[in-house]
Amino acid sequence: MTAARRGPEPLDLDALLADPTTGIVVCCGSGGVGKTTTAAALGLRAAEAGRRVVVLTIDPARRLAQSLGLTELDNVPRPVAAVGSENGGSLDAMMLDMKRTFDDVVEAHSTPEKAAQILANPFYQSVSSSFAGTQEYMAMERLGQLRAEAEREGSWDLIVVDTPPSRSALDFLDAPKRLGSFLDGRFIRLLTAPARAGGKAYLKVFSVGATVTAATLTKVLGGQLLADVQTFVAALDTMFGGFRERADVTYALLKEPATAFVVVAAPERDALREAAYFVDRLESEGMPLAGVVVNRLQTLAAPSLTGGRAAAAAEQLEETASAEGDDTASDDLAGLTEALLRLHADLAEVAARHEGHVRRFVAGHPRVRVSTVPASATDIHDLDGLREVGAALAAG
Amino acid sequence: MATPSLSRAVDGVRLHVVTGKGGVGKTSVASALALALARLGKRVLLIEVEGRQGISQTFDVPPLGVDEVRLVTHASGGELWGLSVDAKAALLEYLQMYYKLGRAGGALERMGVVDFATTIAPGVRDVLLTGKVYEAVGRRRGSRRGHGPMAWDAIVLDAPPTGRITRFLNVNVQVADLARMGPIRSQAESITRMLRHRQSVVHVVTLLEEMPVQESADAISELGEAGFGLGAVVVNQVREPLVHEALLDVAAAEPERVEARVREDLAAAGVRATGRTVTGLLTEAHDHAERVALERALAKEVASQGLPTLSLPALPSGVEDGGISVLADELVEQGVR
Repeated sequence: MTAARRGPEPLDLDALLADPTTGIVVCCGSGGVGKTTTAAALGLRAAEAGRRVVVLTIDPARRLAQSLGLTELDNVPRPVAAVGSENGGSLDAMMLDMKRTFDDVVEAHSTPEKAAQILANPFYQSVSSSFAGTQEYMAMERLGQLRAEAEREGSWDLIVVDTPPSRSALDFLDAPKRLGSFLDGRFIRLLTAPARAGGKAYLKVFSVGATVTAATLTKVLGGQLLADVQTFVAALDTMFGGFRERADVTYALLKEPATAFVVVAAPERDALREAAYFVDRLESEGMPLAGVVVNRLQTLAAPSLTGGRAAAAAEQLEETASAEGDDTASDDLAGLTEALLRLHADLAEVAARHEGHVRRFVAGHPRVRVSTVPASATDIHDLDGLREVGAALAAG
Repeated sequence: MATPSLSRAVDGVRLHVVTGKGGVGKTSVASALALALARLGKRVLLIEVEGRQGISQTFDVPPLGVDEVRLVTHASGGELWGLSVDAKAALLEYLQMYYKLGRAGGALERMGVVDFATTIAPGVRDVLLTGKVYEAVGRRRGSRRGHGPMAWDAIVLDAPPTGRITRFLNVNVQVADLARMGPIRSQAESITRMLRHRQSVVHVVTLLEEMPVQESADAISELGEAGFGLGAVVVNQVREPLVHEALLDVAAAEPERVEARVREDLAAAGVRATGRTVTGLLTEAHDHAERVALERALAKEVASQGLPTLSLPALPSGVEDGGISVLADELVEQGVR
């Protein structure tokens, strides 16, 4: 599209994927913008260009998952059949199972007895399998594991990550820091102290604030619930150190030049606002941003005819037809051109609105590279569809 | 126009929970529904819980703080207010309201408990957010505690997306399991009772695209199994079939005759028609028809789920610039009350 070319710097995704120093591609953005599809399409394109790729998806749509050969959520990368083998490339894909990932961490960092105790704790069961927020921590954890496995066994040279559909696209970036601030904070010492020191000893160590806090927690939560929380935190205490260490390592990994963030958006106000927010945040964190992908852009097959001209012509044809009376009513093509023009006028209005949103984004972020993907007439759910998306992504 | 069974989804309902897959226009539909109810003369509170400031953007008002803000006053006497619930403010308000913990709240904040509860501890946020909705639903006007009229005739909740909605609404069941007794347990049980009451329904917004339709179906069965009342499926951004299928059949069968005719018509209307423009217009019509056919098939799938359906048109100009108002009119016309 010529109009899009004039504006933003094009994002050369083929060069990014071909660059052997690119080790991790993170796709992020708000929900419903085609993040998972973009991640899968980039992974497939890289594999067919000779990279050995693993795609980590969080929650793929059923048919997309099937197209990648993912029939079960088992947390282990599986080869996607018939991809890239002739030029040395390969494609593996997996779905994140957050409870399984959490369980693995517990088992790897505790004695068997302690692990059993933690896994049986009712708090642990709620936190690991169902409460929101855990997904972000576990996605980071699994990314770190895949990276370690890739280095150890040389099985992959590119990891493509799809980020969780968070309420805020930034949640997963914040996960390691939050964990760190909690683990360094006074609150956790307050929670673990009674269990460690047995009773009142901890009161001496802390301020009046701590005493008030402890009293408040007992009042609000009740003694039983607070005791459960304390048992849980004390049980996890031994593995917290390792947890934070790895979260820090993963966070550092994301800042390396070998990582590339691709922010995915749709050409709508809210999605692009979220994308802008994300771009700014990545910049301020010093995270390597490759660029922004704008999916599902309305394009026109007859671009030289403006919407206004089409609408005017449609009206004129309508007037002529009604002036001529029933003469043309029997004609099997009556009304066709008028309908075509009205449809074109509508599409042109949508296209102009989309372009306006992209233009506004580019005006605010002139140095950010942008690639646009035209809206397709049907939904994508097989490898050929992903190939088409990949080609459109690369074409910019 | 109203689907016969729509009355079941809207009559006597006080809490409308609106969910949908990301990107389907959930916030726009929630806003349009709230506006429609206000136009019918009700006092309506529109609540968002994800801190996106979607209400502020939709109604073009400054970002919402912790207070309820009047968005629209209607001639019928109806009013629409907006609230963006903040988990931290909700926690402090809760502690103050139920425990009179003015100064202890400060201590909790300094100790990092408030941060922990609202950002790190998974699930606590959802407890606080649903707790605030509970408070608004049960609130009464006037100083005579428990005896004034209800503060709100209707509350519309712009809820988390389909992927999280069941967990979000169900979080208090888990809390009640964990806290086997005490104030937290009874509070959690009250919230769950309110959410499962027949005056509370969940509406699911979808587009006629495969993924959103699939996710909506999944969410509908999950919500039903978890015991939540279901309202309507709101099908958003429906395309009108602008070009008759019969015409497209002719175009496919006799392309030369059709192209010649289109060229002639365009010339008559004073449009300089290149070959590319003519074939381009026909390609657009073909793609559009393909999309409309897919939408029709998916609409059948949506209808088979047995819920009343509300249908909102795709607006070429988008929902900005008064689009919400158009959608609100549609909803009233289709029987929302």
